[in-house]
Amino acid sequence: MSILKVKDLKVHFPIKGGIFGRTVDYVKAVDGVSFSIEKGMTYGLVGESGSGKTTTGRAIIGLNKITSGNVLFEGKDITSYRRAKADYYKDVQMIFQDPYSSLNPRKRVLDIVAEPLRNFEKLSRQEEKKRVQELLELVGLSPESILKYPHQFSGGQRQRIGIARAIALKPKLIIADEPVSALDVSVQAQVLNFMQDIQKELDLTYLFISHDLGVIRHMCNRIGIMYKGRYVEEGTTEDIFNNPQHIYTKRLVAAIPDIDPNKRKEHAKFRQEVQREYEQSFNDYFDENGLAYDLQSISDTHLVALPKKG
Amino acid sequence: MWKFTVRRILIMIPQIILLSVLIFIMAKMMPGDALSGLIDPNIDPETIAEQREKLGLNDPWHIQYANWVKDLFQGDLGMSFRYKMPVTELIGQRLANTVWLSLLTLVLIYAISIPLGLISGRYNDTWLDRVITGYTYIGFATPLFIFALVMLWFFGFTLGWFPTGGSVQPGVESGTFEYVMNRIYHMLLPALSMALITTVSTVQYLRNEIIDTKQKDFILTARAKGASESRIYNRHILRNSLLPIAAFFGYEITGLIGGTVFVESIFSYPGMGQLFLESIVQRDYSVATSLTLLFGIATILGALLSDIILSLVDPRIRIK
Amino acid sequence: MSQALLKIKNLKTSFRIKDDYYAAVDDVSLTVNKNEVLAIVGESGCGKSALAFSIMGLHNRAKIEGNILFKGKDLANASPTEWSKIRGKEMGMIFQDPLTALNPLMIIGDQIGEAIYLHNKNISKEQRKLKVIDLLEKVGIPHPERVYDQFPHELSGGMRQRVVIATAIANQPELLIADEPTTALDVTIQSQILDLMKQLKEDMDAGIIMITHDLGVVAEMADRVAVMYAGQIVEIADVYTLFENPQHPYTRSLLNSVPNNKEASSKLHVIQGIVPSLQFLPRKGCRFSARIPWIDVSAHEENPQLHEIEPGHFVRCSCYKHFHFPEEEVQ
Repeated sequence: MSILKVKDLKVHFPIKGGIFGRTVDYVKAVDGVSFSIEKGMTYGLVGESGSGKTTTGRAIIGLNKITSGNVLFEGKDITSYRRAKADYYKDVQMIFQDPYSSLNPRKRVLDIVAEPLRNFEKLSRQEEKKRVQELLELVGLSPESILKYPHQFSGGQRQRIGIARAIALKPKLIIADEPVSALDVSVQAQVLNFMQDIQKELDLTYLFISHDLGVIRHMCNRIGIMYKGRYVEEGTTEDIFNNPQHIYTKRLVAAIPDIDPNKRKEHAKFRQEVQREYEQSFNDYFDENGLAYDLQSISDTHLVALPKKG
Repeated sequence: MWKFTVRRILIMIPQIILLSVLIFIMAKMMPGDALSGLIDPNIDPETIAEQREKLGLNDPWHIQYANWVKDLFQGDLGMSFRYKMPVTELIGQRLANTVWLSLLTLVLIYAISIPLGLISGRYNDTWLDRVITGYTYIGFATPLFIFALVMLWFFGFTLGWFPTGGSVQPGVESGTFEYVMNRIYHMLLPALSMALITTVSTVQYLRNEIIDTKQKDFILTARAKGASESRIYNRHILRNSLLPIAAFFGYEITGLIGGTVFVESIFSYPGMGQLFLESIVQRDYSVATSLTLLFGIATILGALLSDIILSLVDPRIRIK
Repeated sequence: MSQALLKIKNLKTSFRIKDDYYAAVDDVSLTVNKNEVLAIVGESGCGKSALAFSIMGLHNRAKIEGNILFKGKDLANASPTEWSKIRGKEMGMIFQDPLTALNPLMIIGDQIGEAIYLHNKNISKEQRKLKVIDLLEKVGIPHPERVYDQFPHELSGGMRQRVVIATAIANQPELLIADEPTTALDVTIQSQILDLMKQLKEDMDAGIIMITHDLGVVAEMADRVAVMYAGQIVEIADVYTLFENPQHPYTRSLLNSVPNNKEASSKLHVIQGIVPSLQFLPRKGCRFSARIPWIDVSAHEENPQLHEIEPGHFVRCSCYKHFHFPEEEVQ
C-alpha cells in the first residue's frame, strides 16, 4: 500500500487587481497533480523554478492551502478529516532548503530540536534533554552541542540539526525541499549519505524535491517531472534518465553537464539536437496554452503527458 | 499608476470619517458646549434650555454629528468663544503663516540632512562620520521645546540677532521685497530650531541607506564596468538611497505639525500651532476640535503623498 | 602555446581581522592564455572569489602582495584611476546572482550603455544605443529594442544574466572573469549561458577565468583547471588530465563526492572535518592533512610546494604519492 497518495491536487493563488483589489485571476501553481509514494521509497519531484514542485510539497504538509484534490496518508484523507490531522502533522515532517535561515538564530539547539517534542509529547525536562542528545548523536553531532546556537555550526551541521528536528517525532514521511542546494559538494555528500542511512534505520519514506538532477538520480527510486504546475512525465529513475519520452524531460536531462570532459563535443551536439527537436515539436507536446497534457501510461511504471490519440 | 492612486485615495475616505467621528465624540465628552462661552449670567436658565433645544444640542449624537459634518462642508466650523469670530476666518489667517514656516523648515531639513547623511554614509567610520552621528544622537536626545527655548534665549535675547516674536515687524508694507525679507527674518530662528532637531532622523536614515546600498552587488557591477568612485556615488548610490528619503517626505510633514505646536508657542509666532495650544489652555473648544481635525487630515494627506511619491520614483512599484 | 594574457606570481591577498592579517589567497601563481578557459574550483571559503576580486582590483581593504601581470603590466598595486581604465575595458566580470547584480532603478539600456560611455566618451548617444542593442542581440536577448527600455525586474533570471554578460563584454575585453555565473540558474538556462560564453570566447579570442564549485560545469567549459583549497592552489592541470588522472587527495575526494550517474545509490565519499575558517587556517604544513588523518604525518611536506609531475600538471605537497581512500586496501 502506498503511504502517500496525492489525487488531482490543485493549488491556485489569487491575483488581486483593480481599484478594489478583487480577485481578477489565479496563478495555477499546481494544477492537477497526482502521484503516490510507496513506503520506504524515495520519490523525487523535479522541475525548474516556477514549476510548482515546492508548492506541491508545502501543500502536502499543509503550509499552502489546497484549492482542490485530495491527499491521502496511509489511506486516510487528511484534506477532509480534521481529526486525522494531529497524527498527520506528527508523522510527516519537512526539511528545508536553507540551513542558514530555517533555524531560529536566537534559540539553542536544545530548544530547536525539542520544539516538535514539546508540541506533541509531554516529556519531563530530563527526558526531553536525553531525547535531544540521542537525536543529535544519531545525526552525528556531539551531545554537548545542545547548549550551542545555530551560528556556531557549519552549513552541513546546521542541516543535520534541521534533520534532527524533523526526525524527533519518528515520522513516517519526510518532505525534503532542496535539502542540499545551499551546501558545498563535500558537505552535500555528507548530508545525502546520512539521509540514506537514517532512511534505512528509521524506515523512512522521502519526498525529495530538487532541481538538481544529479542528486535526484542518486537518491530516488521514482521521479516525477513538473512543468508549469503539471506533470510532464513520471517513472522509475531508469525510465526518466535512460528512456525519457517527453521532449521537456529530454531537454532537462540533456542539460545536465557531463562530468567527462572527453564527451564534451558529443554532448554539446546531442544537446543542440534536443534543443532543435524541442523548438520544432513544442506544439506536439504541449496544448494551446503551453501546458502539459494529462499523463498516459506507456509501460507499467512509466507515464508521459501526451495528447490523446485520435 | 492612476489605479494605485485612486485606490489609495479611496482608502483615505474611511480613515477621514473615522477621524472625524472620534474627534466629534471627544469634543462632546469635554465639559461645556458651543453655548457655554456665549452665556450671559443674567439670562435665565429656561431661555438657555430653549436655546439649546433650538441649536439641536439635545438631539441624539448621530444627528448632531450629521449636522456638524454638514456645517463642515459649508465651511462653517463654529464660533471661537475667545475671539468671537468664525473659526474658519480665524484659522484662515493663521494657516498661511504656518505653511510658510513649515516650508522653510522643510527646506532647511533637507539642506542639512542630505549633505550630512551623504558624508556620513560615504566615509563611514571616519572621524567625520563620528562627529555627524554624534550630532544626531544629541539631536535624538534633546526635546524640541527645550532646544527651541535655548535658541530663543541665546540668539534672540542674549545676542539679539533675531526677533523674539511675531511674524512680521509692524509697519512694513505688505507686497514689497522688504516685507518678504522681514517675514523670512522672523521665521528663520523657529524654523532653524525645528530643522536642527527633526533633521537628525533623516541624516541617520540616509546614512544607513547609503551604507546599505554601498554593499549591494550592483555597485560591484558598476565598479567592474570601470566607473570611478565619484561616479558610483553620484549615479548609483545617491539615487537608490534618496528614494526612501523621498518617500519619507510626506511623513516629514506630519512630524512638522507636532513641531509647530511647540515652536510657534515658544516664538510667539502667530500660526496654527500657537492657536492650537492657546485654544486648549483657554478651552476654546470649537477652535481646538477644528484644528485637531485639520491636523489629522494633514497627517493622512502626508501619508498619501509619501505613497504617491514612492510609486512615482520607484519603477518596481510604478508598473503595477 | 598561445601568448600569456594574465600571469599571476605568488599572489597573497590578506584581510585585516582585529590586529592581524589573514591571507585568503596564499601563494597563488597561474597563467591565463588567450582563447582559453581556466576554471578555478573549490568549495566556499577556499579563496576562489577573493582571488577573482584581487585580479579585478575590487578589494577595498586588502593587502595584496605578489604580481598580477596583465599583458605584461603589473596591476598588484595599481592606483584607482589606473584600475578604472582597465576594468570594464580590458577586463570584464560576470557575477553570480543576476537578480542583484543590476541596478534596480536604471533601465537595461543605460546600464550597458554606461560601460561603453565610461571608456569611450566620444560616442554619440544614438550610436551608443545602437551598440547596446547590438550587444543585447549578441547575447541572445529577443526584442532588444524593447528590452533596452525595460527595468531589471521585468526580466527573468536567465535574461538578466545575459544582460550582465552583455555589460561585461561591452568593450570586447581580453579577459573575462566569471564568478559562479550559472549557480543561481536552472539547468536548461545554465547550459544556454555556458554555450553563450563558449561562443563569445571564440568570437573575441578572450581568456576566461571561470570560478565555480560545480565539477560538471568545469568538465563542460574548462581548458585548464586549478583546484583551490584553503587559499592555495593544490592541483593544476588541463581538464582531461584532471578528470582522468587526479592526484591531489583533495581533488580525488572532491571528484568522489559528486553523485555521478554511473553507479546510482552507492555511497558518496565524504571528506572528514570541515573547511577551516580564515582565522584558523593552518599556517604551516599541508593544509589538507587534518582532513585525511589516516595518512601518516610523514607523508606530508613541511613546507608543501607545487610539483610538476608531468608537463603542465602541478600538485602541491608530496602526500599525493601516499594517498588512498580509507576504504581502499593499502598496497
